[in-house]
Amino acid sequence: MTQQLVMYEEELTQITTICEVLQRDSNARAVLVIDKNGQAFANAGEVEQLDITSLSSLTAGNVAATGAIASLLAEKEFAGQFLEGQKTSYHVSIVGQRVIMVVLFDERSSLGLVRLRVRKASTELVNVLDALAKKAASGTQPSVFSEITDDDIDNLFND
Amino acid sequence: MSFINYSSREINCKIVYYGPGLCGKTTNLQYIYNKTNPEAKGKMISLATETERTLFFDFLPLSLGEIRGFKTRFHLYTVPGQVFYDASRKLILKGVDGVVYVGDSQMERMEANIESLDNLRQNLQEQGYDLDKLPYVVQYNKRDLPNAIPMTELEEALNPTKVPAFEAVAPKGVGVFDTLKAVAKLVLTELRKGS
Repeated sequence: MTQQLVMYEEELTQITTICEVLQRDSNARAVLVIDKNGQAFANAGEVEQLDITSLSSLTAGNVAATGAIASLLAEKEFAGQFLEGQKTSYHVSIVGQRVIMVVLFDERSSLGLVRLRVRKASTELVNVLDALAKKAASGTQPSVFSEITDDDIDNLFND
Repeated sequence: MSFINYSSREINCKIVYYGPGLCGKTTNLQYIYNKTNPEAKGKMISLATETERTLFFDFLPLSLGEIRGFKTRFHLYTVPGQVFYDASRKLILKGVDGVVYVGDSQMERMEANIESLDNLRQNLQEQGYDLDKLPYVVQYNKRDLPNAIPMTELEEALNPTKVPAFEAVAPKGVGVFDTLKAVAKLVLTELRKGS
């Protein structure tokens, strides 16, 4: 069976709230939560000008490459990364070994403050992710694919 | 790993184009990018060397329409084909939902084709996947070149399990969308089976 990751309304709202609180408390420009394969889950802050899809894919690639470097150096993982820019800085942390949290910040914040707030948000995020995993595994939620027929799939590809 | 977002009503899947160096994986994505409506695609990202060889990956997010109110989004990736980028290829296969193997039809690239196919199978195994159980299609590119091997020979050498196979001339778009549609359909069908 193909592996699937699911996101429901309730958990997405909770994750978005965590992003919003983190963005506000750390004075960050924006916060993104991305899965390790590069799918964007949730965001908060000044995201209108951001290409979230590209940022997510590149961040996931970056984290994957860093993880591979860690294992070459016999490290379990490098849990965080920080890139300092002239205007915008980029802080990445791996949460619960499952998702990636990105904080973009400028001179209104500092690395110390971001690190502090990210730690608190990570704990909350792990709780939501655990609940999400249990819910998805319980099979109590209806699957979209139970409604989709082979004809629906065929129709998608009819010119 | 597909990602089903019930909140935004989206189905997201990852397709990886694999194959030997210079077989035309990036050209496939470039053609798809150039021929797709702006509202159906995101930015194409190519992490390439100064000589335009893929260094890490190409990435193209694509929407293929709606099924029962769910948007279907496909993230297309290519791997770097050159042999020594194996560590990068392994990373890009993580979470894959469907694979396109792009073979080079030229006689002198047969050894590279076979080596790349073995490498695909091996790298998938390391990630816990079995190529024979994944949505998987084959594309024979560069069919317009004079030194192209006959299809029967390519099929025999590169497609022993007889998965769907397509002849292509990627810069002209021949076979490009047929290949994409075939693998996307297999991915969705597999997801349906697994539900």
